[in-house]
Amino acid sequence: MSKSNLKEYWKENLRYLVFLLSIWFVVSFGCGILFVEELNTIRMGGFKLGFWFAQQGAIYVFVVLIYVYIKLMSRLDKKYGVDE
Amino acid sequence: MSAQEWIWLLVGLTFSLYIGIAIWSRAGSTKEFYVAGGGVSPLANGLATAADWMSAASFISMAGLISFSGYDGSVYLMGWTGGYVLLALLLAPYLRKFGKFTVPDFIGDRYYSNVARTVAVFCALIISFTYIAGQMRGVGLVFSRYLEVDINTGVVIGMLIVLFYAVLGGMKGITYTQVAQYCVLIFAFMVPAIFISFQMTGSLIPQIGFGATVEDGVYLLDKLDGLHKELGFHEYTSGSKSTIDVFFITAALMAGTAGLPHVIVRFFTVKKVSDARKSAGWALLFIAILYTTAPAISVFARTNLIETVSNKKYAELPEWFSNWELTGLLSFEDKNEDGLVQYVADAEKNELTVDRDIMVLANPEIANLPNWVIGLIAAGALAAALSTAAGLLLVISASVSHDLIKKMIKPNISEKGELIAARLSALVAVMLAGYFGIHPPGFVAATVALAFGLAAASFFPAIVLGIFYKRMNKEGAVAGMAIGVLLMLYYMTKFKFGWFGGGTQADWWFGISPEGFGTYAMVVNFVISIVVSKFTPAPPQEVQEIVENIRIPSGAGEATH
Repeated sequence: MSKSNLKEYWKENLRYLVFLLSIWFVVSFGCGILFVEELNTIRMGGFKLGFWFAQQGAIYVFVVLIYVYIKLMSRLDKKYGVDE
Repeated sequence: MSAQEWIWLLVGLTFSLYIGIAIWSRAGSTKEFYVAGGGVSPLANGLATAADWMSAASFISMAGLISFSGYDGSVYLMGWTGGYVLLALLLAPYLRKFGKFTVPDFIGDRYYSNVARTVAVFCALIISFTYIAGQMRGVGLVFSRYLEVDINTGVVIGMLIVLFYAVLGGMKGITYTQVAQYCVLIFAFMVPAIFISFQMTGSLIPQIGFGATVEDGVYLLDKLDGLHKELGFHEYTSGSKSTIDVFFITAALMAGTAGLPHVIVRFFTVKKVSDARKSAGWALLFIAILYTTAPAISVFARTNLIETVSNKKYAELPEWFSNWELTGLLSFEDKNEDGLVQYVADAEKNELTVDRDIMVLANPEIANLPNWVIGLIAAGALAAALSTAAGLLLVISASVSHDLIKKMIKPNISEKGELIAARLSALVAVMLAGYFGIHPPGFVAATVALAFGLAAASFFPAIVLGIFYKRMNKEGAVAGMAIGVLLMLYYMTKFKFGWFGGGTQADWWFGISPEGFGTYAMVVNFVISIVVSKFTPAPPQEVQEIVENIRIPSGAGEATH
């Protein structure tokens, strides 16, 4: 792969990382910790929403994030011909 | 069959399975010994990583810990799963592409320096030893509680089993036994959870039952909050720790998880970069099954416990109460001599002391489940402790035989010689771990948090910067790692063991507990690394090329020396 292609590939990769890690931060540190009291005023069935994020929701989102990352990266690898 | 017979049967069956797998998957080369030959499928690696990761603490203690701390326990749930996102996105694919055997390998080569390699070996050894001592202790406890042998005999049996398959099979043997151990431990964890969820809420899925209503139509969590208020405890669904401390502890556990050498090294065992990403996905999925069930068990067990004992006549308590009193995990002292159990927050009036481990261990009895479930819990707890101990053992033996002997002391050692050295160091390591299991240093419990803090303060910044910042040089990395680790050690020993004048909660810097301090030390590491590297020469051209190369997934080939 040429130098400029490598730069492009890496830039797109970094864009994905920033996007996915922002969600990672928002669901755990945001919803589960910093804004937990505000969210706890909202109820979802038997759960207070903030508590649910801290003990359930954040973990589900984490799993989804990794699978989205796998999908995005395998598409990106194909686009630049660096897949195996 | 009695519970005791079930325990012997299930533990015996699972142990023969592990030994059978070990014999089938003997390691013949250093490559098989260190990275299972590099041909493990992403699914198998995901299962093995999950078993490797979930220790006796996850299996036995975590649900109980959350049970007694409510919302505050969320730090473990988010911290120990969120770290996998960092691992999958920031570390695993690149380290796999780099294609070496150990974490100090990466640090030593990327920072072209044996000083950096030595610092990394030192960190890997302290982290792994603090961790493994706890595991051997866990094995001993489970044996003594369930199999009615002496705790030391339990540790020795555990040592022999781990020794057998780790020394014989290396990473290859460990990988396939861990796959089996995951299946055993998750089955053992889920069965009682599903039973209890169904009993209490009518829902077969604990994750849903936990937010459902109980018999009288009240939501379970509201009921528990109500019980807590009545007895003077803080409300279950809100915390008592400060927000900043919860934030720092969660971050330290996340970065620590991503920096633990025994977890990272699992990603060296797959064939290619895309497999490393996939196995991180599988691993987190398998871990999430346990981690989303644990907080549900916490709530079920807590409610059950309070309802069964609070203000009940001591003489009329069910049989399990006296059984567990014998182990010392439960104790009752009738302070006001009214014959009733007062379980309240006020220490003066409280009459019941409950060890947190009992929440998982005694759960089947508290909920009146059949005897075979009790046997299952014993087998599951042993699977969790043994699989983690084996993974750590391998990191220790690879650090000695590969990073120290092969890379620094005797580079021309033959393949056969290195393999013998690897097996011998595993042998020494297991004996040391066993010694610590039998004579636990008082600091074992306190140092589990230290292991995470250390990993966050040392490896995590060095690896991330090594991949994402091409200009990062050896001066910066060595300074950052050394200062990060020393700062962390200083803070932990000061506040946990009273060294350097000690201190109390009032003296904590910015209100951060020692458990959360890893985040602070990590930030210091990042800052120092970057500043120092700005003022020192750029890394040599060939190192910059290595960095460019690990950023491209194709051509990972096989892990090499």
